[in-house]
Amino acid sequence: MLKASVLIIVGLLGAGTALAEEGEIRLLESGADIKSAESLQRGARNFMNYCSGCHSLKYLRYSRLAADLKIPESEVVKNLIFTGAKPFDEISTAMPADATDWFGKQPPDLTLMARERGVDYIYSYLKSFYVDKTRPFGVNNLYLAGTAMPHVLSSLQGLQKPVYKNEKDAHGSAKMVLVGVEAMTPGAMKPEEYDQFIRDTANFLDYAAEPIKATRQSMGIFVMLFLLVFFVFAYLLKKEYWKDVH
Amino acid sequence: MAAAPETAGTGKGLIGWIDERFPLTKLWKEHVAEYYAPKNFNFWYFFGALSLVVLANQLVTGIFLTMSYKPSAAEAFASVEYIMRDVEWGWLIRYMHSTGASAFFIVVYLHMFRALLYGSHRRPRELVWIFGCLIFLLLMAEAFMGYVLPWGNMSYWGAQVIVSLFSSLPIIGGTLVEWIRGDYNIADPTLNRFFALHVAALPLALVFLVVAHIMALHEVGSNNPDGIDIKKYKDDKGRPLDGVPFHPYYTVKDTLGVAGFLMIFAAVIFFAPNFFGLFLESPNFEPANPLQTPPDITPVWYFTPFYAMLRAIPSAFGTQVWGVMVMGAAIVVLFFVPWLDRSPVRSIRYKGPIYKTMLAVFSVSFVILAVCGMKPPSGIYPILARVCTALYFAFFLLMPWYTKFDSVQPVPERVTGHA
Amino acid sequence: MSEEVDHSRRRLLTAATVGTGAIGVAFAAVPFLASWKPSARAKALGAPVEVDASKLEAGQMLKVVWRGQAVFVVRRVKGAVDQLSGHDAMLADPASDDSVQPDYIKATGAARARNPEYWVGLAVCTHLGCSPLGAFQPNDSFQVAGADLGANWPGGFYCPCHGSKYDLSGRVFKSMPAPKNLAVPPYAIAANARIVIGVDDAPKAVS
Repeated sequence: MLKASVLIIVGLLGAGTALAEEGEIRLLESGADIKSAESLQRGARNFMNYCSGCHSLKYLRYSRLAADLKIPESEVVKNLIFTGAKPFDEISTAMPADATDWFGKQPPDLTLMARERGVDYIYSYLKSFYVDKTRPFGVNNLYLAGTAMPHVLSSLQGLQKPVYKNEKDAHGSAKMVLVGVEAMTPGAMKPEEYDQFIRDTANFLDYAAEPIKATRQSMGIFVMLFLLVFFVFAYLLKKEYWKDVH
Repeated sequence: MAAAPETAGTGKGLIGWIDERFPLTKLWKEHVAEYYAPKNFNFWYFFGALSLVVLANQLVTGIFLTMSYKPSAAEAFASVEYIMRDVEWGWLIRYMHSTGASAFFIVVYLHMFRALLYGSHRRPRELVWIFGCLIFLLLMAEAFMGYVLPWGNMSYWGAQVIVSLFSSLPIIGGTLVEWIRGDYNIADPTLNRFFALHVAALPLALVFLVVAHIMALHEVGSNNPDGIDIKKYKDDKGRPLDGVPFHPYYTVKDTLGVAGFLMIFAAVIFFAPNFFGLFLESPNFEPANPLQTPPDITPVWYFTPFYAMLRAIPSAFGTQVWGVMVMGAAIVVLFFVPWLDRSPVRSIRYKGPIYKTMLAVFSVSFVILAVCGMKPPSGIYPILARVCTALYFAFFLLMPWYTKFDSVQPVPERVTGHA
Repeated sequence: MSEEVDHSRRRLLTAATVGTGAIGVAFAAVPFLASWKPSARAKALGAPVEVDASKLEAGQMLKVVWRGQAVFVVRRVKGAVDQLSGHDAMLADPASDDSVQPDYIKATGAARARNPEYWVGLAVCTHLGCSPLGAFQPNDSFQVAGADLGANWPGGFYCPCHGSKYDLSGRVFKSMPAPKNLAVPPYAIAANARIVIGVDDAPKAVS
């Protein structure tokens, strides 16, 4: 029993320090703007061309995307549907069910990824692949150690290498700590172009996670104004009646 | 053709017709128009009415969510996204319900705190307080089961952890847990029965208790910030001099309170429905996965003070039942507050420095416990949680002594001021 | 509680507050009422259905499901189409004045079809909602549900539930339990007898 408790405590301490270490690498700010239809349109195109081969958006319909992003439905059918799906269908992948064998695990559905991890995480993740020969696809990620995903955008971004720093751990022994990544070989895009590319993609996934987001925010302003009017009337009414009470 | 028997009715028209058969006007007079409430209610007295507003919100939105939700492990998660996307306005109804859950606890915690401030639980309002504690207890069960329904990963593992608490009970623990789950793990039958309890059994019980709570209150009359009896001084018509009829004075005042509340409520719904991961937690946007626990498993914010107490108590003698007992005791002790408080005065306004200090320490401890319950149990948090658990119980268990020996100030005969 | 009470101000403010509140309640009721409308999923499932009718032989029919209802697509024999206007006297509503169909169908008169060769209509008897059967051969001794359709039967539909009879355009005969002609859903015909049920205009071909 005692041994078990000690193990649990050590384990918890370990988990605590691991958390602290992870916390050191801060997420990058994506600067994504969900109200920018152009950015979302570019993001949708990026997603369909580079991501939708493996990742589905199973709670988002093409028709909804077309309406919200102000893309004519015929355009969506022509340029964004690669699977033979109907406009009303949800966005699925063309990948067969045995894809688990290709990557070791099923590529996750991304509809809600932005609500689960945040839009900044997606941006940071897509920006931070680095060369790691020990991994099956030759790359690892700063924000998801041991990621099963290959760097599908490497032709655009180029390759990055990890940056380590020497640090002393709690017991005083030196160890190498991963602190960042830096460019190694250039890709087809300039760094700013690539940043914009993944910003748009992350922005689109933020939209996909909650298609109503932009609408509810603009609607909220009217609701608040209405309630303010109600509040003012209620305030004056209360004042008027409470004149009676001394 | 004999004429219908005449009954002696006072009213005319439809209302008169109803009054001869149902005490409509009588109820209206007793509970609203001629219910005399003290005129010196302050800010803290909004939260009772607000609880009622939130309850109504939860009932209406809940009924509409039920129309599109599927209580099965295979479909629950997708049906919530269906509500959020495919059902017209479903997102608003869902956010009203999820925000309402947190709002319920905010107003109820403040409502309970009001009672501790002004001694609203003291004789003759003990039953009002006990009905209130029962409401709080049921509300926790209701919220817990509702939290499981979206069948996200946090729903699943939250249910796993909380249901497993019962396994710590000696002898029956294992069997009891299996009985609650209806399976060897949290599974479809668990979700299904939680759904039934969440949408039917518990709301019925809650509504019943709310009625009892209000009836008990109206039987004895409301307390007030001075903690004195307004029935002592009456005018020649027998109306309390320090009372005002609930309608129109408190109906208009509560309308103002509701308007203010709705502004905050709407702001959260439209601009921050996740409320920074407190009202809707990010790991819950991943479907339930029995193979993978979320990295930080914490309950929703309103349970964290009690969760922190649970974690603060270490296992001993080969069982972790002690933590469960402490957590249970933290709620059970509330029921005894009317008898633990021995002060000759009700309101904090006339109590001495010891009670004021103790209440302040208690409130701070409760907030710190809430924070501890959200943080991983490492670093300073476990120690902090233990200290605050001790302070939480000290407030209640030492109450008979410190309230007795504490100094008091003279209580006025008539209420002081009004807001 | 003695001094002058400004009753008109009270009335005004009460009216303003109650009025604003009532508007608020009305606005708040909209989402709840609207949530009962067919959802995006229902609309997706109710999306137009496309049928390739060119594979049908003359005198054959197929049933397709559109919005949960069966829809007949019948390829009529040339001779039968020519005879459609010959038995108006036997019909309850020969011009389909009291029946349900898009205007462009009503305008085609006895054919009740965009292309007289193909008849499209809901397989829902207008009496009590049973699904009628096809009995296309005229003057047939063919028996359906034990009932002889008679020597002067021009060919059409027969409802097994209560014996309502319709002609090949779904027009109901006189003194039948069914009050109206079989309803025709909106549909369009694209090239090569591709019938799209549920839209008024043929979708533009996607290149």
